[in-house]
Amino acid sequence: MEILLNPLVLLANFILVPGLAYGSQLALGALGVTMVYAVLNFSNFSHGEVMSFGAMVTILVTYWLQSIGLSIAPLPTALLALPFGILGAIGLCLLLDRLVFRFYRHQRASSVTYLIVSIGVMFVIGGVIRFIIGPNDRNFNDGDRFLLKARAFKEISGLSEGLAIKSSQAITVITAVIVVAAIFWFLNRTRTGKSMRAYADNQDLALLSGINPDRVVGITWVITAGLAAVAGTLYGLDKSYKPLVYLHLVLPIFAAAIVGGVGNPIGAIVGGFVIAFSELLLTFAYKKVAAYLFGEGFFGDGLLQILSTDYKFAVSFMILVVVLLVKPTGIFSGKSL
Amino acid sequence: MTFMIGENMVGGYGSTDILNGCSICVDLGEIAVVVGPNGAGKSTAMKAIFGMLNIRSGKVSIGGEDITALAPFERVKKGMAFVPQTQNVFTSMTVEENLEMGAFINTGPIAGIMEQVYDLFPALKEKRHQRAGELSGGQRQQVAVGRALMTEPKLLMLDEPTAGVSPIVMNELFDRIIEVARSGIAVLMVEQNAKQALAIADLGFVLVQGENRYTDSGTALLRNADVRKAFLGG
Repeated sequence: MEILLNPLVLLANFILVPGLAYGSQLALGALGVTMVYAVLNFSNFSHGEVMSFGAMVTILVTYWLQSIGLSIAPLPTALLALPFGILGAIGLCLLLDRLVFRFYRHQRASSVTYLIVSIGVMFVIGGVIRFIIGPNDRNFNDGDRFLLKARAFKEISGLSEGLAIKSSQAITVITAVIVVAAIFWFLNRTRTGKSMRAYADNQDLALLSGINPDRVVGITWVITAGLAAVAGTLYGLDKSYKPLVYLHLVLPIFAAAIVGGVGNPIGAIVGGFVIAFSELLLTFAYKKVAAYLFGEGFFGDGLLQILSTDYKFAVSFMILVVVLLVKPTGIFSGKSL
Repeated sequence: MTFMIGENMVGGYGSTDILNGCSICVDLGEIAVVVGPNGAGKSTAMKAIFGMLNIRSGKVSIGGEDITALAPFERVKKGMAFVPQTQNVFTSMTVEENLEMGAFINTGPIAGIMEQVYDLFPALKEKRHQRAGELSGGQRQQVAVGRALMTEPKLLMLDEPTAGVSPIVMNELFDRIIEVARSGIAVLMVEQNAKQALAIADLGFVLVQGENRYTDSGTALLRNADVRKAFLGG
């Protein structure tokens, strides 16, 4: 029995648990990208920096809360600061819409123009962030590190492999479930949510029905900004906060949105997990798993690793290319909110 | 006093005029039908009346009030509803959600109006939780008309409601449109199936090159030998 259990625990520890957390973070990010695409009809490359901005505001408020001695231990203080991060990101997005995106919307700019504009916006936000908080790595997780420690698991199960669950991973998954449920409830059950779906489905008919486009656009920005701040903070909490990393995150997030079918919220969530697990499965060294199953050295000395972890972004790229070649509309075809 | 009057409308897209002073009117409880050859400006006239096209001269009024300067969504509030020829339903939304969105400007309870629409189109009630995009062409048209009726309009405008549906469905749809008019709503529609449409019309307009060529009651136009020869295929 142990011959099977040990490798399974090994895979759960290094792939399943981190994959669920990373997948949730990507799903939240991709959900924001997909909503902007569905309602405003453009690929918003500045989304990663909005995530970063929201996380930055959260961190600054966390520092302030820590300085006045407020804490919700064993949970990280950042959860208390998160509402401020969300407000910060919402303020940023509404300001950007007013200053930049609205102009191009009234011009009825092409999606390529929008794309370039959003890249410009991305660089500007990135610059502002580095100006405020600097480019360095920051760890702001002051809560309990582990929900389940590897050693504790070994003692309970009597297995030689440990299973660790970081509290940040648990928080990520739980928050993601709550946020996603709230978004779907909003889109499918409320009048405002339905009007957003109607606008995304058929703009002209939405206008004929008396739906106010400015309101729909505003609400879309509020939701995407909120999603971005939550995703950014959870990612920073789980790994650590470094502005450059959020620039890189745009790739797997877009891959996730496109794999799922850009414009489709369920697709964004599925896509997030597809990308996260693909990345982990392809960069994991299977040497130890093979040792349990076939005995030490059965496959020689190799690490049995398909790709080095340095190349993890290549996984997103590969999936992106394959999807665009084979099924450009993604798993859940289409653009429907 | 006629309820809706579009008078001497001149306008088009860009610099070329498509409408050259055409006039269209309809009264409450009546059906007015606009027919004419391709490119006569039938759909353009509808757009002009609904405010989706700016007219250079002429005037549109409803219930005696001049609405020439109003935007389409403001005209919706004045009691106008428009069913476009294509893309006239929210395909990714259920039938019920489509109707709900139709009533978006109506913040009060809408269950009563929705019940009336379901009475008019019983097939929709059965399919209320199905996505509109999954319905047949005829049922889609019913959803489109139903969505427009949800604003409780006084004037219902239909741009080729029977385009691409079978003759049986067409007759069925015409019957429903007559019912709508009987309830006191003014109905204005553009039709390709000119003969059938004129048969149910109280008033018919034959447009040619953006001008009124013949204006008469539907039956009189059907009897008019010139109209039959030139526009109705004998």
